Amino acid sequence: MIELLMEMFSYNFLVRALIVGLLVALCAALLGVSLVLKRYSMIGDGLSHVGFGTLAVATALNVTPLVFSIPVVLLAAFLLLRISENSKIKGDAAIALISTGALAIGVVVISLTTGLNTDVCNYMFGSILAMRKSDVVLSIVLALVVLILFVLFYHKIFAVTFDENFARATGVKSPLYNDLLAFLTAITIVLGMRMMGALLISSLIIFPPLTAMRLAKRFLSVTILSAVISVVCFFIGVVISYVYATPTGASVVLVNIGAFGLFWLLGASRGRVRI
Amino acid sequence: MNALLTCNGVSLAYEGQTAVSDVNFALYPGDYLCIVGENGSGKSTLLKGLLKLKSPSSGTITLAASLFAQDIGYLPQQTPAQKDFPASVMEIVLSGCLARQKLPFFSKADRLLAKQNLERLNISDLSQRCYRELSGGQQQRVLLARALCAGKQLLLLDEPTAGLDPLVTEDLYQEISKINKESGMSIIMVSHDVKRACQYATHILHLQTKQKFFGTIKDYLASPLGKSFMGGVNHD
Repeated sequence: MIELLMEMFSYNFLVRALIVGLLVALCAALLGVSLVLKRYSMIGDGLSHVGFGTLAVATALNVTPLVFSIPVVLLAAFLLLRISENSKIKGDAAIALISTGALAIGVVVISLTTGLNTDVCNYMFGSILAMRKSDVVLSIVLALVVLILFVLFYHKIFAVTFDENFARATGVKSPLYNDLLAFLTAITIVLGMRMMGALLISSLIIFPPLTAMRLAKRFLSVTILSAVISVVCFFIGVVISYVYATPTGASVVLVNIGAFGLFWLLGASRGRVRI
Repeated sequence: MNALLTCNGVSLAYEGQTAVSDVNFALYPGDYLCIVGENGSGKSTLLKGLLKLKSPSSGTITLAASLFAQDIGYLPQQTPAQKDFPASVMEIVLSGCLARQKLPFFSKADRLLAKQNLERLNISDLSQRCYRELSGGQQQRVLLARALCAGKQLLLLDEPTAGLDPLVTEDLYQEISKINKESGMSIIMVSHDVKRACQYATHILHLQTKQKFFGTIKDYLASPLGKSFMGGVNHD
């Protein structure tokens, strides 16, 4: 086991991917608790499709994907939150509109430029090789920003998650914290998308919180447990993908499914223990 | 004495459809006002207007200069998402202190206030319990404790006894009345229980998409409207 890990860590690209991936998994799990409880799970999915579109356009224009994707996905995130709050098109329909629209634009742009090739497959399902050296520093900095902002505004995020109207009525600037949540989610999705794949990245947001909720009963313990589960599952997933040469993103999701099943059984058999 | 809150010809609308119009009243410190009326009479909409969650389509809602959003406690109706929300009672009650919070964590004073309000409502023993496992009455008490952490001057309650059994309802009314009498907090409660409103409140605002009556309980009971509602017909 130790030999295997030593062997893995001798590859620089794997170490880079692990560092960024673990940070993204951590951010996604923390934000996911709030998103899942606010019934915003599908926003992550919608944003990742927008991310796919921006990757395609960025490749066609030959600009750095991260620099191009982040602002566009941020814009989409604010738009989605606004729409789900007050609009005649309901939230879930709006997400479907935007995500399929962005996917279609991405596919057309790709077929007009490079053609459908392995690059596209990598965008869809992720590739551990996607992390270039230049991306790593930016990714680490952004992931740390997400983590720090989350910790600083943890209580505010709890308040707008549990009861937005109450928070607003008693003088908490709820819209601001909703925007913050959208902002942090968008960054996390863009960072993790190329490794996990546009189709799979939202699993990092949805699985760990739901797994944690099988057992934990307090918001703080759900948050911490979700973070731990996410990081552990990501690590195991990467090791499995290395050993069996399976796609990284899909392997991580499989481990997450396993963890969900395990916690579900534990929760069902013991009643809900207090953590 | 200056009014805490004044409504002047207030109308509120949803997408052009008027929900309630021509509301005129003033609330003074220590008042206990019940807003009554049938379903769809605009009670909850008016409450949203008072909380500045919704702007009036005409008229003005004026708060006293000494009253900030941070002095207002609010007990909203429960949302479906809250029914299976993983949070402990203490986490929820503490979140009432949030608007005054300057640092990214709660101070000792915040925790003390939360504990005091739990004791005040006799639910100290629930503080570490999971919110979604409590009974309806216990959940309302938790939300009331949170509202008390949020505001000291004015408490707004939106149908606090909806879905509770009669015994628990009576308890909650007494608790709210105690808060009004003991700490002098002003209270505005939305209710469709006219009988209990007349029993506990000091003032009544009767809505039927328009303002039908505003005044003291005594005047209300003497008015034709009050008589028709209290005259033996049970409007529970």
